[in-house]
Amino acid sequence: MVEFSVWDILRNLLGAAQWTVYLSLIAFIGGGIVGLLLLILRLSKARGADTFVGGYVQLFQGTPLLMQLFLAYFGIALFGINTSAWVAASVALTLYTSAFLTEIWRGCVAAIPKGQWEASSSLALSFGEQLRHIVLPQAIKIAIPPTVGFLVQVIKGTALASVIGFIELTKAGTMISNATFKPFVVYSCVALMYFVLCFPVSLYAKSLERKMNAVRR
Amino acid sequence: MRITLDFWSVLSEWPLLVKGVAWTLALTLIATVIGVGFGIACAWVRSQNTRAPGWLQWVVGTYVELIRNTPFIVQLFFIFFGLPAAGVKLTPEVASIIAMVINLGAYSTEIIRAGIDATPKGQIEAAVSLALNRMQTFTRVVLPPALKKVWPSLVSQIIIVMLGSAVCGQISTQELSYAANLIQSRNFRAFEAFIIATLVYLSLSVGMRRLLNWLGPRFFFGR
Repeated sequence: MVEFSVWDILRNLLGAAQWTVYLSLIAFIGGGIVGLLLLILRLSKARGADTFVGGYVQLFQGTPLLMQLFLAYFGIALFGINTSAWVAASVALTLYTSAFLTEIWRGCVAAIPKGQWEASSSLALSFGEQLRHIVLPQAIKIAIPPTVGFLVQVIKGTALASVIGFIELTKAGTMISNATFKPFVVYSCVALMYFVLCFPVSLYAKSLERKMNAVRR
Repeated sequence: MRITLDFWSVLSEWPLLVKGVAWTLALTLIATVIGVGFGIACAWVRSQNTRAPGWLQWVVGTYVELIRNTPFIVQLFFIFFGLPAAGVKLTPEVASIIAMVINLGAYSTEIIRAGIDATPKGQIEAAVSLALNRMQTFTRVVLPPALKKVWPSLVSQIIIVMLGSAVCGQISTQELSYAANLIQSRNFRAFEAFIIATLVYLSLSVGMRRLLNWLGPRFFFGR
């Protein structure tokens, strides 16, 4: 029988951790783009846009991410497209992230004084120009700390992709613990790696928040 | 290409779904009561207003950061698969409840602490001058308005934990997502089964938010 040392376990987990990072980045960037489009749609005051985006946010915030992953996995397959766990996980996590980010950013835009909108429209700026030159540059400043904080949620969310068979840190942990019969050590290492990924991001978000509060005071 | 959906074959298994919902609600209820209670205790330790011993603050701080920076599913697997290797054997249900309590406890600690730290200093001084002891000051003067301030975030966190309980089906706790999985393994109507389960979760989260927002002011901190 092959003996596995802690070093073997760690080395294999490290290899899997990179997929956690890739999936997080895809979800975060994709979710950011979709979230921004939804935000602009909502701000444009098009008819029905507010209801639509509101419903979208409610739908993704009010249901388990696990169910969203299953629906993406089986739903895409329904159209006769051969889904890999990769695609399903990316789609589900992107949509999930976009719902949260668009809601966070809406709050940031709402924090911009109404006078800014009025002043810029009295200067005959179009909606796009108002967003680009006046509102978004100010909103981005407020938006950065909570957005960085949400990245931690995304990284933790990717752990659920293991359930539909995407091989990332958690799935690798399950496989290795089945092979080594050392679940205690393996899951400790898995948890530790998530901690190493997430904790610096949490700290960074907290320090950004503190800096911003100091400016406001 | 035509897609045929057959919701009826899923709905005809309704006793399984009802049982799943009952389990989900039971897990959430137990986890909420113990978890928030635990969170209040930890928030007391972490708050600047109460002078808890330094080592205890360190222990609670480490606990909160460890839990908040690792995924729920890993915590659950650690408790259910990892602990037996260390000699602690748990049923899936007990492991699920422990994981949910530990998870909610860490998040509610941070939420409630924010409320406690926002207590005006004058109120504590007033309580002391009225000869209330530390315990009375905390439970009668500091805690109720603190809970009132953070109630919306606390309700959101409880709902997040309820939604997170879907993961407990992975260790064969028979809650709603487990029921959906079981149904789809019987009739191969996976998409329909998960659509229905998702809609049930959605209505549970909407209903729970209403209920908790109604309960809070009436029973925990007054209007």
